[in-house]
Amino acid sequence: MAAKTRVPAVEGWFRTEGDPALLGSRCRTCGTYAFPREGFLCRNPACDGTEFDEVPLSRRGRVWSYTDARYTPPAPYVAADPYVPFCIAAVELAEERMVVMGQVVPGVAVEDLAVGDEVELVLDVLYEDDEHEYLVWKWRPVARG
Amino acid sequence: MADDRRVAVLGVGMHPWGKWGRNFVEYGVAAARAALADAGVAWGDVQFVSGADTIRNGYPGFVAGATFAQALGWTGARVASAYAACASGATAIAAARAQILAGLCEVALVVGADTTPKGFFAPVGGERRDDPDWLRFHLLGATNPTYFALYARRRMELFGATETDFAAVKVKNARAGAANPYARYRAEVSAEEVLASPMVADPLRLLEICATSDGGAALVLASMDFARHHAGAGPLVAIPAVSTVTPRFPQTVIEMPNFATDSAVAVDGAGGPGFRRSIAAAAYEEAGVAPEDVGVAEVYDLSSALELDWYEDIGLCKEGEAERLLRDGDTALGGRVPVNPSGGLSSFGEAIPAQAIAQVCELVWQLRGQAEGRQVEGATVGVTANQGLFGHGSSVVVTR
Repeated sequence: MAAKTRVPAVEGWFRTEGDPALLGSRCRTCGTYAFPREGFLCRNPACDGTEFDEVPLSRRGRVWSYTDARYTPPAPYVAADPYVPFCIAAVELAEERMVVMGQVVPGVAVEDLAVGDEVELVLDVLYEDDEHEYLVWKWRPVARG
Repeated sequence: MADDRRVAVLGVGMHPWGKWGRNFVEYGVAAARAALADAGVAWGDVQFVSGADTIRNGYPGFVAGATFAQALGWTGARVASAYAACASGATAIAAARAQILAGLCEVALVVGADTTPKGFFAPVGGERRDDPDWLRFHLLGATNPTYFALYARRRMELFGATETDFAAVKVKNARAGAANPYARYRAEVSAEEVLASPMVADPLRLLEICATSDGGAALVLASMDFARHHAGAGPLVAIPAVSTVTPRFPQTVIEMPNFATDSAVAVDGAGGPGFRRSIAAAAYEEAGVAPEDVGVAEVYDLSSALELDWYEDIGLCKEGEAERLLRDGDTALGGRVPVNPSGGLSSFGEAIPAQAIAQVCELVWQLRGQAEGRQVEGATVGVTANQGLFGHGSSVVVTR
């Protein structure tokens, strides 16, 4: 059986070549970051910036908070059958001074997480159909030293 | 307090919350007729109808004001409809209040009602890849309780809140709600039952997360002049402030349905009050009252843990002190400042466009001394607080 083609579950939100990274925007006028990317006017009300650079966001951050999803989320979430609960973390990126949510990689339970833990961004399969595996970003705990 | 900022609440009415499965218009009409009867105002004397929209019931829900006006019988009254997520009801109140304060009308009817599907709130149908609400379900599987749980875990980390504290909020609200004929859940629960209920989004359990409900609520608002000539013998209850403020940049707390917070690189948001706190602060300022004046509050306990955040965000205590307030019984019936004497969302479940109106109904009954079985003694100032998606929130001050 031929391997399934891996495609992003959403276009342009993360880098699929090289080290995985979320793709945000940085305002050329004031430096404010945004994720997903801002395209037409800077979110900073004191800034008139309309030009942005597409930038990869920090690949590592620290857990701001976390939870899990014990019950199957409703559509348009595409759940595996049988459903396997997963964790979600909100992660603070130091350089961008923002918090970004993401699922945590499979196999990690809430008991394995703590506020302040370091995590790094990986790409993983969100769901699949007969021909494709759809990729999304997830947070993976960095082994505690 | 200057008359020019107050509108009178002449009448309040609700249709009981539940999972009735009937058309939302029926609940809205029942609530409206109850409010009109309570006010002693004829439907034909209403000059402005302010509807709070529901987005899950088709076109009639998007034009709720007109839908209710037609159902009550066209009279030529002017109309507006408002959608502001969970704050829709308060936005409808704000629209009616503005009409009255501007002298454009004397008597207005505010109505909100909803019929809800079973289970988690899901985004409205269709594939919409430019809608963050659709995308957060699709890409993250992030339901509303996901966000509530992130706040709850953060509270445990920062302030030492425990699962026992969260359960105690549910026990308190269930006890109050048991006495409220409009509440959906009217049974007391024990802390053991709460802690034995299934985990939904760690650390929040099934009994600690607000359900989705059918229900309807309505208010008859009038100018203070009209009220003085019209009102009966009871105390005159008024609304001196309605806050519907938006967040200030940078919003550094993750909010539904977003994937990320604002970036605080260019503007440091650390010194600001945060969005939830700014909602009630604006209402207090507009009303000319202070948190110390508040004798009763209705806050949006989407989760048991979130109620603790609200104690701080409406100024009942300093940050980090909510657990002490709860443990001391200050916010229970009979305490210093009872919170959610109606039973809160915990006992009601959420009927989105009706909920912020229902909060005001409860405060009016409390300030009139008509909250049988759950009456707060001696309160003259009440406050509501509410927050929803997309930067919406509200706070209404009610006084007698």
